[in-house]
Amino acid sequence: MSETPFIVLSAILFTIGCVGVLTRRNAIVVFMCVELMLNASNLALITFARVHGNLDGQVAAFFVMVVAAAEVVVGLAIIMTIFRTRRSASVDDASLLKY
Amino acid sequence: MPVVDPAAADGVFSLLWLVIALPALGAAVLLLGGRRTDAWGHLLGVATVAGSFVLSLVAFVGLLGRGADDRAFTQHLYTWIEAGGFRVEASLLYDPLSALFLLLITGVGALIHLYSVGYMAHDPRRRRFFAYLNLFVAAMLVLVLADDYVVLFLGWEGVGLASYLLIGFWQHKPSAAVAAKKAFVVNRVGDLGMALGIMLMFATFGSTAFAEVSRVATEATDGVLTALGLLLLLAACGKSAQVPLQSWLLDAMEGPTPVSALIHAATMVTAGVYLVVRSNFIYENAPVAQTAVVVVGAVTLLWGAVIGCAKDDIKKALAGSTMSQIGYMMLAAGLGVAGYAFAIFHLLTHGFFKANMFLGAGSVMHGMDDDVDMRHYGALQKAMPVTFLTFAMGYLAIIGFPGFSGFWSKDKIIEAGFEDNLVAGLAALLGAGITAFYMTRLMLMTFFGEKRWEKGVHPHESPKVMTVPLIVLAALSVLGGVMLLGDWIVGFLAPVVGEAEHHTPAVPPIVMTLVVVAVVAVGVATAWLLVGRREVPRTAPQRVSVFTRAARADLYGDAINEALFMRPGDRFVGDLVTFDNAGVDGAVNGTAAAFGGMSGRMRRWQNGFVRSYALSVLVGALVVLVAMLAVNLA
Repeated sequence: MSETPFIVLSAILFTIGCVGVLTRRNAIVVFMCVELMLNASNLALITFARVHGNLDGQVAAFFVMVVAAAEVVVGLAIIMTIFRTRRSASVDDASLLKY
Repeated sequence: MPVVDPAAADGVFSLLWLVIALPALGAAVLLLGGRRTDAWGHLLGVATVAGSFVLSLVAFVGLLGRGADDRAFTQHLYTWIEAGGFRVEASLLYDPLSALFLLLITGVGALIHLYSVGYMAHDPRRRRFFAYLNLFVAAMLVLVLADDYVVLFLGWEGVGLASYLLIGFWQHKPSAAVAAKKAFVVNRVGDLGMALGIMLMFATFGSTAFAEVSRVATEATDGVLTALGLLLLLAACGKSAQVPLQSWLLDAMEGPTPVSALIHAATMVTAGVYLVVRSNFIYENAPVAQTAVVVVGAVTLLWGAVIGCAKDDIKKALAGSTMSQIGYMMLAAGLGVAGYAFAIFHLLTHGFFKANMFLGAGSVMHGMDDDVDMRHYGALQKAMPVTFLTFAMGYLAIIGFPGFSGFWSKDKIIEAGFEDNLVAGLAALLGAGITAFYMTRLMLMTFFGEKRWEKGVHPHESPKVMTVPLIVLAALSVLGGVMLLGDWIVGFLAPVVGEAEHHTPAVPPIVMTLVVVAVVAVGVATAWLLVGRREVPRTAPQRVSVFTRAARADLYGDAINEALFMRPGDRFVGDLVTFDNAGVDGAVNGTAAAFGGMSGRMRRWQNGFVRSYALSVLVGALVVLVAMLAVNLA
């Protein structure tokens, strides 16, 4: 079985996630796009692990999942707090911390 | 040229330290005791100096009881400085020269302290005044008892400090504060010469003690000795108000009158003469420096006398005369062995009659509500008989009326001057004539003529506590000449300064004396014609000759200093400030401003939009990726 379709899928998912992070305003959507990018990289890691026949890539994928789970916990809490105070989930509205 | 070689002090001479310690203790108690000592502070001040005088007198009598070769004692107190090859002993040297100074300082000093009790009676800060006077006496005694140039320098600076404090004693008057500062600054110029002289001395001889330096003085090269002599002369000019450092003395009259009498007439200003006479072992080997001393003395004696002629302020007229009389002493000191003893002789008689006249002027001011303008005086001889009579004794002494003390001392200097060279002699002779003129003018304007008093002024004789010192000083002014009986003072000082071999002078002394008396008579007569015969205007006439105007402006001494030193210095400092502001500060501030502007522009990148940060992360990642690929593929 060729690994090419997996890598292409991973690249497509990563690009969608990347464009989503850069273009969407809703914080929840941006967040989901970040998850998409993480999972795209997971797919690539696992694919290459299969190709090379060792477990290093799979172990790394587990680490990424753990980090993603932790990030969701913290990130959602921040988004909730911002929404409560500003009545908005737009990332462009939360721009007070600047020059 | 005698070498300083004192024996260890014993007997009464071992009490020498007490002569200094008494007034020093008085100053310490009065300054540290504060207001608690207000009630009796002035009495303590008088007592300490009187105690010193008694000790000095005892020591002097002890000195007279010994042979001429056995009249120098040193008392070692402690080692002051010891650093490698440099060693300064705090020792006192008591020899005939110091002995005479001790008597003058403590004797005249005690009288002036006593006088001040009355003069300063109504001053709320009288206790402090006596503390400063005591401090001055202690410092002056250190100066004349030192046996090392460094110890002498300690006293030298001490009298400078005391002088500053006392000139500016009435510090609420801006003029007094300015005068004090001026005296201090001008004295610093002289002190620079002293400090450099001491350093040169150490570098050359490896010691600064009189004994050591006098022993090896001849071993130095002529250049070094001349430099030493000129540096010490600079120091002497500063302290003794000699041209070119004369400008502070007239302003110093802002201080209370007893200060003018004690410090700026009888004692401190003679320190320069003392220094030259004490350093005779240097000057004897440096003829160029000696000539410089004569020139300074001759110029100053005429300079001061001319200023004295035009002043209407009685104290300033006397200050001009002080400058002139010290010029006489300098001139005599510059003549070498032939003149040292006469310099000291004139110094002593001048100490008597000038202190007498200054205190007399203070007494007059006391009666005239502190007015110093002689144009407001006149006809005071009836109102103040004691002051008038004592002042008259001082007057006759200073103009050199035959028989009075000044006659003997000034006559000797003029004779010695003529024997050395014609110019010095003529300057001294001319000075005697001018002295007679301005002192007669002062006398006539103050005590004779019509009343020109301000309204509401009622002149009265001063209290006993002020007149008694006047009477004593007047007696000394009359009798001071006895020191010359049988050339006593010359023989007495010979162990210190050497003795000139006797030779018959070109002009017989009696002819010389007659010439001097004739010149003095001409001076007195001129004053009578110009001042005594006419009515004295109450305000100084403005349409006067260019000479009078120059003399009124102190012969432009201040203007010269301003044009030569003050304005160029001012301009130089102004330029430095401009350079500092524009150049140094400009570079520093410019750099800071450049970085500030740059960072102001750079911080715009922090725009607060998460998405733009994300974009910059992406761009960064891409750059890194491209760079890695480029490296790997290349």
